[in-house]
Amino acid sequence: MISRIFVMLKNGATRADSYLIDSKFLKKELIKLAEALTNPILENFSINNLEVLPPNGGKTSKFTYAIEIGFKPGVTDNVGHTVEEIARDLLGVKKNPDFHVYTSKIVFISLSKKDAEKYALTLYNPLIEKSLIVPVKNKKISLPKKVPKVVLKKRKPVINVSLKVSDEELIKIGKEGIKDGDGTRRGPLALDLASMKTIQGYFKKLKRSPTDIELESLAQTWSEHCKHTIFANPIDNIKDGLYKTYIKGATNLIRKQKGKNDFCVSVFSDNSGGIIFDKDYLITHKVETHNSPSALDPFGGAITGIGGVNRDAIGFGLGAKPVANTYGFCLAPPDEKRKLFRDKDRTQALLPAKRIMEGVIKGINVGGNCSGIPTLSGFIKFDDRFRGKPLVFAGTVGLIPRKNGSKLLHEKKARVGDYIVMVGGKVGLDGIHGATFSSVTLDSTSPATAVQIGDPITQKKLSDAIVKEARGLNLYNSITDDGAGGLSCSVAEMAKECGGAKVMLEKVPLKYPGLRPWEIWISESQERMTLSVPKKKWKKFNELMKSRGVEATVIGKFTNSGNCVVNYKGKKIMDLDMEFLHNGLPKQHLTTIPYLQNNKEPQIPKNSSLTKTLENLLGNNNISGFSYISQQYDHEVQASSVLKPLSGRGRINTDAQVFRPVLSSEKGVILSTGVYPSYGDINTYYMAACALDTAIRNIIASGGSLSNLAILDNFCWCSSYDKTRLAQLVDAVKACYDYGVGYGTPFISGKDSMFNDFRGYDEKGNPIAISIPPTLLISAIGVVPDIYKIISPEFKNVGDVIYLLGKTDDELGGSEYYKSLKAVGNDVPKVNLEKNLKTYLALERAIQKELVASSISVTSGGLAIALAKTCVGGMLGCNISVRGMPGSSKSADAKLFSESQGRILVSISPQNISAFEKIIKNIPYAKMGKVVKDGKFTITDKTKIVKTDVKKLYKIYHRFSEKMK
Amino acid sequence: MEKKNKSKNKKPKIIVLSGYGLNCEEETKFAFESAGAKKNVRADIVHINDLIAKPRMLQKYDVMAFPGGFSYGDDTGSGKAYANKFKNYLAKELEEFLARDTLVIGICNGFQIITNLGILPGALTYNKNGRYLDRWVDLKVTGRSPWLKDIKKISLPIAHGEGHYVISPKEYKKIQKDKQIAFKYIKGEICKFQNLEHNPNGSDYDIAGVLAYNGRVLGLMPHPERAMFSHQNPLWHINKNTPKEGRGLQVFKNAINYFSARGGSAYGGKK
Repeated sequence: MISRIFVMLKNGATRADSYLIDSKFLKKELIKLAEALTNPILENFSINNLEVLPPNGGKTSKFTYAIEIGFKPGVTDNVGHTVEEIARDLLGVKKNPDFHVYTSKIVFISLSKKDAEKYALTLYNPLIEKSLIVPVKNKKISLPKKVPKVVLKKRKPVINVSLKVSDEELIKIGKEGIKDGDGTRRGPLALDLASMKTIQGYFKKLKRSPTDIELESLAQTWSEHCKHTIFANPIDNIKDGLYKTYIKGATNLIRKQKGKNDFCVSVFSDNSGGIIFDKDYLITHKVETHNSPSALDPFGGAITGIGGVNRDAIGFGLGAKPVANTYGFCLAPPDEKRKLFRDKDRTQALLPAKRIMEGVIKGINVGGNCSGIPTLSGFIKFDDRFRGKPLVFAGTVGLIPRKNGSKLLHEKKARVGDYIVMVGGKVGLDGIHGATFSSVTLDSTSPATAVQIGDPITQKKLSDAIVKEARGLNLYNSITDDGAGGLSCSVAEMAKECGGAKVMLEKVPLKYPGLRPWEIWISESQERMTLSVPKKKWKKFNELMKSRGVEATVIGKFTNSGNCVVNYKGKKIMDLDMEFLHNGLPKQHLTTIPYLQNNKEPQIPKNSSLTKTLENLLGNNNISGFSYISQQYDHEVQASSVLKPLSGRGRINTDAQVFRPVLSSEKGVILSTGVYPSYGDINTYYMAACALDTAIRNIIASGGSLSNLAILDNFCWCSSYDKTRLAQLVDAVKACYDYGVGYGTPFISGKDSMFNDFRGYDEKGNPIAISIPPTLLISAIGVVPDIYKIISPEFKNVGDVIYLLGKTDDELGGSEYYKSLKAVGNDVPKVNLEKNLKTYLALERAIQKELVASSISVTSGGLAIALAKTCVGGMLGCNISVRGMPGSSKSADAKLFSESQGRILVSISPQNISAFEKIIKNIPYAKMGKVVKDGKFTITDKTKIVKTDVKKLYKIYHRFSEKMK
Repeated sequence: MEKKNKSKNKKPKIIVLSGYGLNCEEETKFAFESAGAKKNVRADIVHINDLIAKPRMLQKYDVMAFPGGFSYGDDTGSGKAYANKFKNYLAKELEEFLARDTLVIGICNGFQIITNLGILPGALTYNKNGRYLDRWVDLKVTGRSPWLKDIKKISLPIAHGEGHYVISPKEYKKIQKDKQIAFKYIKGEICKFQNLEHNPNGSDYDIAGVLAYNGRVLGLMPHPERAMFSHQNPLWHINKNTPKEGRGLQVFKNAINYFSARGGSAYGGKK
């Protein structure tokens, strides 16, 4: 029987919650359940019939239509699951073993039918939701009692795919997927001809055709997403490839140089990178991207991005506890109005830029807030070229004890005979081909099933049960995350630890019947992890999981057969040599073509007001505050906050954040990032150098230490088949090596996303291609010995003296100032390693001696913007002169807005001046002026060049946030 | 009502609930243990399913804390599902617990849970602008409770999406008369410092926390455990010369002290 419970605010409202229930419950049971879903002080419920009541007891308006927004069949319905649990607790379910709840929202409107249809489009995402418009008649609505149940056609579970075919067909299989019985293709394997031929050869030797699941499994394991082929393959004369030579190469060299001061413990080998926190704990960090899913469903893409990277912490060693989340958005400006389509017929529209922005912000919100993980560090950048594919970065810092008894917790090894145990959510069609999809361009063939929705509470239960209980009880030998490629990747990866695996795929719990084995194997349904549990510990493990409301299932055994074997209902359907599965991917020698970038120089307006320029820049979305994001993310849960995302009277966004992950210790962890997509339009070597320098400088400016600092790289590139793009990549990677080694900051983890391109159509049906600007995000993580010594960026006291450390050169290329003049220019900031090192070490000493009152890193927008931010932060004015600043900058524009690296703006209380000047005597600096109390903001060169006041600057700085609130 | 008065100088036993998405249990435990460090007080984190499995366990505890979090993801309304579970399995034990001379605190999601349990007046709903909000607020104490001893004004952080407290005018009069309004949002030093509105979520009558059972049960949206260190306060950066202990710890100290000889009836309690 299908019934519906409506819950609505007592005194009328413009919306109602609907719970569609497919059960054998009696009327009185339904009433009992409805009561449990209703807060009697606020709400009323009704069953099956809803009396519509406009707000304020119906006095305000009359409704004409109701719009119901519900999920499409198979899409994760978290609220529905909760109601099922409530019903199970409340009614006992022995009588009703099988019942389902489907939720939807009903919105009431007073519009015409046509306007209602238009309005409905803004309420839902057709990829995952559906809408239904019904008239309101005599205050009543009639909604169909039809449940969105997944009904899958019965299909042949396993098919053999003949590879005795032409190269054209091999290419087609690789690009569009295996052909199903009905002639349709299953979606991209993202295997090129060389890979397909290698697979063809392998099965020719075996004298058989591969099964579909074997082919799908190879495609997952060999995907760019999993194997990082562009970073692994030889390129030009770099025979060991970029990753091994420059990223890992840098880390290895730095660790050797650090000798006994090496703080790296587990780098590049696990789901996250791990470094020493203190004698008892390690901290881990990992930053992921979730770009392609976020393009299709921004909320789902971002929430599964953060959920996925949380599992990279839980999957570090034997399980680290997530203690901080980080995020980064590179998006098209929200007022970007271009209408774009994925298909020529213009039926598949890209979501508007503003919806993408709101969706990804909300995804990180729900993912972090619901999981009790503080979301601390983040940034948002805008560029039109992120319209095709947005970049969504999500990171998680983990905390793990170094030992449990004598056992080192960062080590893990599945043992022969251990059960393969899947823990967490069930498997559905969600996220099929996610790994391969993210390795290609976004277009009309992009699979809708690649979209997933997260369920943070299922994951929270899983996380707590593992990290807070099972780990301490030593109940498993190894653990990894079911992320890209699902079981196919997690099981195959863990099988490396012992030499093989045998899976019984029919044991995997499913969300609904009818999934084919290959789908179960590669599905990326969320909130799952794979563990290896010794047989004798299984009972205890399973009991613990049950008592925590976590589902755990034995799906096979780890072996040492040398093969990864999958059975389905007693029949062997996959049998792949582990060596071939992991190392069979043919190597390709990549080559590059040098590129030459020569950009137009801007027309510098003559006699324009620099005050106006400064105010305009401060209001630029790439510079201004984003408190509306920071304050909707819980950054204080776990009671660890020290330097928060917002600081000072004026609530400016901080460039680095500090927290104490172990409440009984006064040591802290400091986080920051650096990212300059626009510099890559001139030179990717310096783009990378500046990102790295900025991430480090942000840390030093806030009281972190260079000797205890590690970094992470996230390369987001475009058109990586294009040889000039590859040349840009090589340059950027080389800079990572040069400056990483130079600063002694090892890379501990990284990730790349190489195909951030969109190919589609504009409003008129003309083909259009949009590629992102090559983007490198550097994230830094360090250990702060004493949290009580960290420094916030805003000015503190009237009369404090303002210093600029470092040199200001004429480096406006790629700057926010040039961008505001619609130009790129060519003089991109360079990074002078030796000079900057001296500056950073001096500042470190001054902060440790507690001589510094405020300290802010000079980044986008240059000196004038840093000054404006630190004034707004303290709601104090300043009076400074830029005459005689060290460096080659001559014009006032360059002095104010050049983005030269290595600079920090500090304020020092008068009694500390002589001690401070002693420390900085060997580095270039300018003593610029003072913090003043009247709020006046004055900059003088030969004459007064900027004159404004802090209240005005405050308004400008927060304008974007106020608008979005 | 239990009349028997034990010699009031004991080390209280504290239970902090967990499970199903509650997530502030560790720092809440830490706050109680720091507050009771001199007496070596221990707080136990207990998963609700373990309590359901052994409900008699509750008899050995003196203080029960429902910490903050996102139980059941706030699905169907914050606190509802966890309260339903608690009521289904532990209604009798809760009644017994409250009949003894015990203390209960519900913080944030914990507050939402215990209002849904029906042991506190009023209800909580969506913030007035519909968005989750993390910031600091200023509070003044207006109620009578052992939890509030020696606190007149305090600044604490909030982080919630459903913190709008709702109560009818009639009931408001009653709880006001009975000194059941623990905290009201006011414009204090934080609001002045960061130019923020005093009532962050549109709560009726600026109510941030309420009391019942003669002050022994406290529910509040702000998080005292996130103000147990000085560095957590946004004002710390402009004045670091303050004791390392944050003001929020006083709430937890009061709970410990209630069970020592000092715990006085002037602040409510018993009954």
